[in-house]
Amino acid sequence: MSYEAPLKEMQFVLKELADINAIAQHPGFEDATPDMVEAILKEAGKLASLVIEPLNNIGDQQGSRLENGVVVNPDGFKEAYQQFVENGWPGLHQPTEFDGQGLPFLMQSAVSEMWNASNMAFALCPMLTAGAIEAINAHGSDEIKKTYLPKMVSGEWTGTMNLTEPQAGSDLSAVRTQATKEGDHYLIKGSKIFITWGDHEMTDNIAHLVLARLPDAPEGVKGISLFIVPKYLINEDGSLGERNDAKAVSLEHKLGIHASPTCVMSFGDETGAVGYLIGEENNGLSCMFTMMNHARLEVGMEGVGLSEGAYQHALAYAKDRTQGYSPGSEGRVSIIHHADVRRMLMQMKAFTEAGRALAYVAAGAHDHAYQSTDEKVADFQRRRMDLLTPIVKAWCTEVAQEVTSLGVQVHGGMGFIEETGAAQYMRDARIITIYEGTTGIQAGDLIGRKVLRDKGATVSELIAELNEFETTLKAQSGDDFAIMSTQFSAALKAVTESTKWVLEKGMETPHSAGAASVNYLMLMGTVLGGWLMAKSALAAQREIDAGSTDEFFKTKILTARFYAEHILPRSEAYATTVQSGVGAIMDLSIENF
Amino acid sequence: MKVLVAVKRVVDYNVRIRVKSDGSGVDTDNVVMSMNPFDENGLEEALRMKQAGVATEIVAVTVGTEQSQDTLRSALAMGADRAILINAEEAPEPLGIAKLLSKVVEQEQPQVVILGKQAIDDDSNQTGQMLAALLNWPQGTFASKAEFEGDSVNLTRETDAGLETIKINLPAIITTDLRLNEPRLPKLPDIMKAKKKPIDMVEAASFGVDLTPRLEVVSVSAPEARKPGVIVANAAELIDKLKNEAGVL
Ligand SMILES: Cc1cc2nc3c(=O)[nH]c(=O)nc-3n(C[C@H](O)[C@H](O)[C@H](O)COP(=O)(O)OP(=O)(O)OC[C@H]3O[C@@H](n4cnc5c(N)ncnc54)[C@H](O)[C@@H]3O)c2cc1C
Repeated sequence: MSYEAPLKEMQFVLKELADINAIAQHPGFEDATPDMVEAILKEAGKLASLVIEPLNNIGDQQGSRLENGVVVNPDGFKEAYQQFVENGWPGLHQPTEFDGQGLPFLMQSAVSEMWNASNMAFALCPMLTAGAIEAINAHGSDEIKKTYLPKMVSGEWTGTMNLTEPQAGSDLSAVRTQATKEGDHYLIKGSKIFITWGDHEMTDNIAHLVLARLPDAPEGVKGISLFIVPKYLINEDGSLGERNDAKAVSLEHKLGIHASPTCVMSFGDETGAVGYLIGEENNGLSCMFTMMNHARLEVGMEGVGLSEGAYQHALAYAKDRTQGYSPGSEGRVSIIHHADVRRMLMQMKAFTEAGRALAYVAAGAHDHAYQSTDEKVADFQRRRMDLLTPIVKAWCTEVAQEVTSLGVQVHGGMGFIEETGAAQYMRDARIITIYEGTTGIQAGDLIGRKVLRDKGATVSELIAELNEFETTLKAQSGDDFAIMSTQFSAALKAVTESTKWVLEKGMETPHSAGAASVNYLMLMGTVLGGWLMAKSALAAQREIDAGSTDEFFKTKILTARFYAEHILPRSEAYATTVQSGVGAIMDLSIENF
Repeated sequence: MKVLVAVKRVVDYNVRIRVKSDGSGVDTDNVVMSMNPFDENGLEEALRMKQAGVATEIVAVTVGTEQSQDTLRSALAMGADRAILINAEEAPEPLGIAKLLSKVVEQEQPQVVILGKQAIDDDSNQTGQMLAALLNWPQGTFASKAEFEGDSVNLTRETDAGLETIKINLPAIITTDLRLNEPRLPKLPDIMKAKKKPIDMVEAASFGVDLTPRLEVVSVSAPEARKPGVIVANAAELIDKLKNEAGVL
């Protein structure tokens, strides 16, 4: 079974929900015309199916390993990466100034979904490079930009993010790596852990972005600076010089993403690693925050991609595996005939489509926010993006746990056996709720920074939009829509009341918000997913009313109805939990756990 | 030398074909369409000829509807220099296509025309041969290897009897086998540049050739579904079934 990019679905979501045609109106995005979007998605889909996916299983089995201080990647990865670079895919959303193609982030998201669905361990390498490019472009000096960006935009060099240390994970203010000034550069000393693609032989050079402290830096978040530390120093003429004192000293053994080397990095073991400051001294964390929205939305796309991959895998198996009898069918049937297997596949499909819709809408908000010339629009969309980002990151990745696990379940016993590949999606998916800020951290961001800080202004705007939509949905005739409408109204009530609770009671005790946060985030994700699925169904109905006989549209309406019947009712449970507040959680003392 | 490459828009090879309910043909509504795979081999060969300095210009041509622009854009993204779309509402039969192409050859004066040995929609395997006959040019069909040498080309042909190597003089018609090469995937910047490359649109009617259909489609039906297998008790039963049910012994 090989992955096939769901091109029609992607184009539908881009057009009907994320409004790519409006985004293409912004200056700089003129190239994102419908025919171009179609051509790009089609060719990216081919690369994903023909080149990247065939390495997914090999990568899982072989993994990356450290041999004599060198990271050896699984067979075929280097060649595939080179083709990826030669074909220009790393530059899709990168600035034209550095020879990127300058296409919308929304397009990048759709294409990222394909890379992730076909081989997430591979996809992480260009994903982190893109994050590094963004930080350098926003805060680096012109000289640093000129030296690094053309090579990174083309993909000839990759980039990494060196934040985590043993005592500094979710709490980066605890970073201890040291930086001391030495003429025109700094010397970096310290270790970092869990560094994705921290070393490899796929490219000539790697640019490490490293968080470290200056000797006189204040304690905490305000004392962290950001540095760029190349694997090989770069000579005046741009050629590569000496090996820098920055090395991968060991690789972790992991549950998933085996092909992606997760490195313990050692900086300055011998002479000190040469690094250059990005941005201002002691301002490193805020430099990192610039790229946070991007990176978090990208991790949300990992959830969507893995869900899609797991769904396609399970669907193929369900059509092929014969077992048991089914009412109305003669003889033994393929398991897709069984109502419960259909239920599982529908659940996978509906969650995946809702996650995709939400992630694309957030990516679209990002494009409007950065590129719109209308300040009002830009401001509105920026707030919308800020609100949606933690939801996309956490909800799409949490949903992926359920979807990839169902993928195993559809396979029965064979799902537990590695040979089918079903388990790999589940193992690979397990990391995505953890890195780039855990679900708990995202939920804290949502409730603290995005809801409470502006006293509910942004979230109320969104809820007002949902209320308007409720009226539109109610007006649509037909049984499927009646069901969607009933369930949506109940879900909307749940989110409205829970938001009110958060605003009124979220600060009642020091732990109120923390206890409610993940359930509130899951509630938001679930309801927004229901909103976008129903919106899709209305768009599909318009096509049918206009005479289309394409099964895709009928399928969309049924998938949206399933979402309303089977997933949206969870909203009420989440709401009950949110509003029960701290409840028993903090009453049980630590000793009694 | 100039190379003309004929390309056709067909239902993508990954799509499971469905026959229309009235048996009049295959349902092509709402399905993914792509360049005929054999034509991709043809274009790839032309691109390699250009890289090797043998070809100087590559022109992609298709007979189709406005939607066939997609296919031509793919050809331009892979590296064709320009493209010609011959617009024909009713899809002509192979002979009609060959006639139209012969007119394009007269205008463009290529030294080589490369076509797929067949298109995966109707599997006719006729157009290249008919074009060669109309032009009175030598032809090398089912090519799995092509080596250009001055005014001629050495072609390896994949035939039922094995590989045959022939030498034909230029100008010539070549039709491709899948083993000829592995078509490249286009580069993102080239996909974007393809939009700016020229496509000439010409009406089929303007060529003044007779496109009247000569074939009548009586009916189109899906192949019969394979019957489930049975486990036989012993060799005697197997032989009995082969004799009396299958009638193959
Ligand atoms: C495979 C892999 C790849 C990685 N890649 C990179 C990389 O490239 N670069 C990099 O710098 N790092 C990377 N990381 C590190 C990753 O970002 C951290 O593991 C993550 O941020 C969590 O930090 P931690 O592991 O220290 O967990 P902890 O912070 O110790 O968290 C443990 C638990 O406590 C919860 N928790 C912690 N603080 C709070 C709080 N304030 N409120 C509520 N709950 C809280 C968390 O939600 C979590 O459930 C990677 C990790 C892995 C496993």
